Amino acid sequence: MKSTIPSEPSVAPVESPPTPYAPEIHEALPDQHQDLTDIMRHMIAARVYSTRLFNLQRQGRAGTMAPVDGSEAVAAGAAAGLDPSRDWIFPQYRELVALGAFGDSLIDSVALYNLGHPAGGAIPEDVHVFPTQISLATQIPHAVGMAWGMKLKGEQACTLVFFGDGSSSEGDFYEAANLAGVRKAPVIFVLVNNGWAISTPTYKQTAAESFAHKAMAFGMPGVQVDGGDPLAMRSAVSKARQRALSGVGPTLIEAVTFRLAPHTTADDPTRYVPPEDLEEALVNDPIRRFATHLESLGVWNDELHTLAEQAADKRFDLAWERAEATPVVPESFFDHVYETPTARMVRQRREMQADLAAREEY
Amino acid sequence: MNAIQIPSADATPATTKVSSGQTTNGATAKAGDAKPASGTTAPPAQTDSSERNMLEAIRETLFAEMARDERVILFGQDIAANGGVFRATEGLMDRFGEDRVVDMPLAEAAIAGSAVGLAAAGLVPVPEMQFLGFSYQAMHQIVGQIARYRYRSNGNITMPITIRAPFGGGVRTPELHSDSLESQFANCPGLKIAAPGSAADAKGLLTAAIRDPDPVLFLEPLRGYRMVRDEVPNGEHLVELGRARTSRTGDDVVIIAWSYMVELANRAADQLADEGLSVGVLDLRTIVPLDVDAIAEAVSAAGRAVVVQEAPETCGFASEVITTATESCFYDLEAPIARVSGYDVPYPVGLLEDHYVPDVERIMAAVRRTLEVSA
Repeated sequence: MKSTIPSEPSVAPVESPPTPYAPEIHEALPDQHQDLTDIMRHMIAARVYSTRLFNLQRQGRAGTMAPVDGSEAVAAGAAAGLDPSRDWIFPQYRELVALGAFGDSLIDSVALYNLGHPAGGAIPEDVHVFPTQISLATQIPHAVGMAWGMKLKGEQACTLVFFGDGSSSEGDFYEAANLAGVRKAPVIFVLVNNGWAISTPTYKQTAAESFAHKAMAFGMPGVQVDGGDPLAMRSAVSKARQRALSGVGPTLIEAVTFRLAPHTTADDPTRYVPPEDLEEALVNDPIRRFATHLESLGVWNDELHTLAEQAADKRFDLAWERAEATPVVPESFFDHVYETPTARMVRQRREMQADLAAREEY
Repeated sequence: MNAIQIPSADATPATTKVSSGQTTNGATAKAGDAKPASGTTAPPAQTDSSERNMLEAIRETLFAEMARDERVILFGQDIAANGGVFRATEGLMDRFGEDRVVDMPLAEAAIAGSAVGLAAAGLVPVPEMQFLGFSYQAMHQIVGQIARYRYRSNGNITMPITIRAPFGGGVRTPELHSDSLESQFANCPGLKIAAPGSAADAKGLLTAAIRDPDPVLFLEPLRGYRMVRDEVPNGEHLVELGRARTSRTGDDVVIIAWSYMVELANRAADQLADEGLSVGVLDLRTIVPLDVDAIAEAVSAAGRAVVVQEAPETCGFASEVITTATESCFYDLEAPIARVSGYDVPYPVGLLEDHYVPDVERIMAAVRRTLEVSA
């Protein structure tokens, strides 16, 4: 079996069966168990939301979606290291369900988005998260731009951008990371290395010793973190944030994890993922690992786990009901192209309305 | 007969059709069964054909051209081990090896840009853009480099590259997977653009594209992969780039279309025939080169024309077709040439896309409108 984890990770990959996390990180944490159980709940909600959306797609009721399975700790842990009232997150497309820390209402947008409703592109105004980005790596320069702007305005804030191992091959990554280094922009690059870019394994993606090594070329630190450990993620992001706000510049965090589900609902990973790799990864399912850890701290148990799942299910029901009840206005795709539509668009909209009316008559 | 028989992964109906048009069909092409071509390039007598869908036609063409010419190299995202996200390259890696069917790092600019160097090294690159919308990330290489090298080098460096790219909507993809960008590329001299509307043409045009000394953007309609199905010649089959095809004859109005819009135009013509209207369909097959003579002939004969495109109205390729027709047959026109297109908005989300993409009803309405004008 080829390892997707480079030879000398800064945080050792967990052995099977799950063991407690790197103790040096966890013992340094203040005793804030509420924080820990919050992260646990966000991770569980992520899995529940994702699974529900996946199943809805299978029933033909929702669009193509990319399941979060395996990246819950990366996203929820990273979010826990930020200040949701000041910092901004630029997701790709897999992380949004796990960003409950940035706003409970995010799932309402996600539901609309997956339903295929235009309103799904609007993130609630108080939630500092950019919309789903389908075009890979394009959000990386956006995050650098906002971070640069925050710095120019003297704000004590930073941006964090999620992207994948595949996206790190795109020019946008190199160009943006280079710029961030030059401008010392307060941005945190979270490269989610889940082992696979659809069917392409990491060894076909890069010949670098690790993705974190790429940071060297941009004059920023690169750290490799166990992406199955939300507290390792939180710790790494917190440090990167301090660095960003102190004006020293950006950080690249490689979050090493494994994609436990298909790339998207349109993918069949049994064609290319070695089953033994998946089995091994499933043993280290980040949700189970973290639950085990919290149980060892005496702050979690099966009952709380089930309650968290039920709460997420209920919250999703509500979001989906709201989404399905949101009226669909066919010609609404003319809205928001410009502040004021062009005369030609006004004419097209009129024609479309006439066409729809004629069909109803027919 | 040097036909290459490719066992089809789609011989049985797809078991699970999912929104991107991809299937989870478990069948696998037994590429090892493929018989290599005998090496002759003389077109064999086309004594037989059989019905296949566009995806099968494309796949068998790739098999045939790779067997025929060992310089042909395929590369792109998920095309090798996974057989392409639509299975267009299924079985090719097993048959031709990982050096000729290559999974690339996720970087469209490097996929397009390296094709330049591969071509200069004497290979015949057939890169794939996983979706045409992803070619925005390769625009500077396709438009600014691939299309210009012959010109820049005063004919010294040529680019026999075929860029395959699925495009077009109607299958509930995520954003930027459905955009019809053909007119953006058509405004880029040096690039040829094929957009077949039938499975037979997919085979004939792809064969011609791969053998063409100039770069060709080969557009494959997402909706057409499995829904467009027709008789495909079994042997070698070449369709010259730049020759339109009369898909259907008709005297009252001619509908001009390309790619999947040809299928819709034919359906509209069928339904209008029930109303006693004789509607012809001209399939452009390639938009660059453009078959100006065929357009002039068809429009002059009917005197009334409708051009259908899926792209937004403004600066869509329909504008070029209509101008071309007007220039050459203004005095034969009995009505203004109508166009049916997407609207001037970004390709919309799933719940709205059926209202955006031209459909049979809109095409029929345009034909009727055109006929209402009395000369």
